[in-house]
Amino acid sequence: MTELTLAKAINLGLRRSLEGDDRVVLIGEDIGKLGGVFRVTDGLQADFGARRVIDAPLAESAIIGTAVGLAFRGFRPVCEIQFDGFIYPGFDQIVAQVAKLHYRTAGAVRMPITIRVPFGGGIGAVEHHSESPEAYFTHTSGLRVVSCSNPQDAYAMVRQAIACDDPVLFFEPKRRYWATGDVDEDADAPALGSARIVQPGGDVTLVAYGPLVTTAHDAALAALDDGVSVEVIDLRSLSPVDFDCVEASVRKTGRLVVAHEAQHFGGLGAELASAITERCFFHLEAPPVRVTGFDTPYPAAKLERHFLPDLDRILDAVDRVMGRENSLSRAGASA
Amino acid sequence: MLRSLDQLDVPTPVTAPGTLLQLLPPDGERVPHPDLDPWIADIDGAALAALYDDLSVIRRLDVEATALQRQGELGLWPPLLGQEAAQVGSARALRGDDFVFTSYRENGVAYCRGVSVAQLLPVWRGTALSGWNPYDVGMATPAVIIGAQTLHATGYALGCEIDGVDSVAVAYFGDGATSQGDVSEAMVYAASFHAPVVFFCQNNHWAISEPVALQTTRPIAARAPAFGIPSMRVDGNDVLAVMAATRIALDRARRGGGPTFIEAVTYRMGPHTTSDDPGRYVDPVERAEWAAKDPIDRLERHLDALGLLTDELRRSVRTSSDAAAAELRRACLALPEPAALTVFDNVYAEPHAGLDRQRREYSAYLDMFDGSAS
Repeated sequence: MTELTLAKAINLGLRRSLEGDDRVVLIGEDIGKLGGVFRVTDGLQADFGARRVIDAPLAESAIIGTAVGLAFRGFRPVCEIQFDGFIYPGFDQIVAQVAKLHYRTAGAVRMPITIRVPFGGGIGAVEHHSESPEAYFTHTSGLRVVSCSNPQDAYAMVRQAIACDDPVLFFEPKRRYWATGDVDEDADAPALGSARIVQPGGDVTLVAYGPLVTTAHDAALAALDDGVSVEVIDLRSLSPVDFDCVEASVRKTGRLVVAHEAQHFGGLGAELASAITERCFFHLEAPPVRVTGFDTPYPAAKLERHFLPDLDRILDAVDRVMGRENSLSRAGASA
Repeated sequence: MLRSLDQLDVPTPVTAPGTLLQLLPPDGERVPHPDLDPWIADIDGAALAALYDDLSVIRRLDVEATALQRQGELGLWPPLLGQEAAQVGSARALRGDDFVFTSYRENGVAYCRGVSVAQLLPVWRGTALSGWNPYDVGMATPAVIIGAQTLHATGYALGCEIDGVDSVAVAYFGDGATSQGDVSEAMVYAASFHAPVVFFCQNNHWAISEPVALQTTRPIAARAPAFGIPSMRVDGNDVLAVMAATRIALDRARRGGGPTFIEAVTYRMGPHTTSDDPGRYVDPVERAEWAAKDPIDRLERHLDALGLLTDELRRSVRTSSDAAAAELRRACLALPEPAALTVFDNVYAEPHAGLDRQRREYSAYLDMFDGSAS
């Protein structure tokens, strides 16, 4: 057991994967001597060489397309996209090639590619450095999409993603890179596609992933002071979603709140709300509520505290599903 | 990965500014070229006859596939009429352990790689998304997204370099693809990583209705040197010159010389696909000029001049062409309809809870109709 930051935990996971399988190669911008702009790959090129930790010329489509060719040859490439908002030049290679090649070739060609993406806001960054593009990828068949929220998961999940024979989009909560936690390399890791109950509760099911898990947990502790017992679920896997876990919780609580930084319309929250409504409508005591970023582009840094769901907005949503006084009831609108 | 090329024993790409590398002009009169001749010194009469057979069979298959589409048996077909020499000359230069990444018009390349005629059709009849297992023949499923495969070839070549083998990756693409960012990115990466990849551009003058002049105002081959990649511009209807240039590029890659770019100048004599109407945009005079440069006609003239175009050779080529066409038609009609639930197969390599649930639900739905869920 070692205490590590989330960034260092991913670094350790990458190191163990490089040690354990000589077909694992890393490719991305500035991941060599610099160790990546967030230092997630710090020291890896020095220890594994420039053939396995490859500094890529500045072209995201080529980072992904080159990884496709490497995978054709039996490698397990791990791509780093430097920031969430930089992934779009590589979008075509991801959705048209990485996601489809196994299906296209009737299983002959595997694409065990991990695409690491620091995502989300809250660090006061300039445009294109704070986005949450996960729904573009959860909407794409053939991809797996996961997000970690703590160092232990970060370590275990990056290793699982690399070992997975399917392509995995690995979303790293960049504002939690410096959060610390214990990492046990020998702990049994839950399946990559499974959700985790962070805190049990009986009144409301609160689902979050990535950077908002900590916020959701804090909100649940605050709600308890108010007499509301909130069960917090860290979704971990965004595709597939562990609906069984969420459904079991909602059957118990009767209320669902989903929180994510990504925009509202067509986001993961919409999918969770509809799927849970289909699965256990008659167990619901209130309509599911989503707490999300607004349907705006990511705003300037001085506005991001309004855009990002925080503890109070989550508590307001908890009040809505509990039928308590909330922002909408005060405004006279129907909750 | 960086090293001085001066210290390597690698062949130098041959350039001919302002003109095309050529060994077999349209009149079939073989012209010497001191730099290219050594690379095809082994092409004797039997080898010429084999190339003649390849070109003829591929053209016959192409015509038959077009007929199958016209008869409603194929949804679509992209004819390669006119490009036979560019495809055969290059593909016959390859080794079995090389790997090619192509676009969708490279059915001649596929034939040379050992793809069976039956495997050419599932994609176009709509029974599968790939006609073959890429690892069986060293050829990826053709890419439909224009230019995407050039990056795959570059990555594969980088893998060959890491593995320390002398296999080469070859990217086939067209003149239209050179406008795609992926092709430029592939050249940047290939040059930086010194990857053993050959960029083989068939300039067939058309990207559906858009003439090559819309893609570039300079010869396409002139672009590569600015990326640090030497290039050759070759008569794409000259099977011998194409083969010589490709062998130079392959040998160069095998010996650590890095990437080479070949522009094979040819002409798409047919439509873009069977859905296209080139009558709306192709100048018939220009097309007639290219008809006079036909790749098979000139090889016939050459064989004739050598006294090799015997009745026996003609008969044997006609027999193999007709047999291939008959096999294509038979195989087309014999392609099985895929079973309903195979729509869910191979989306993922490992179990996926969401998709597994959809499969169960659709299976239950189909079970309402007797026997449909087979």
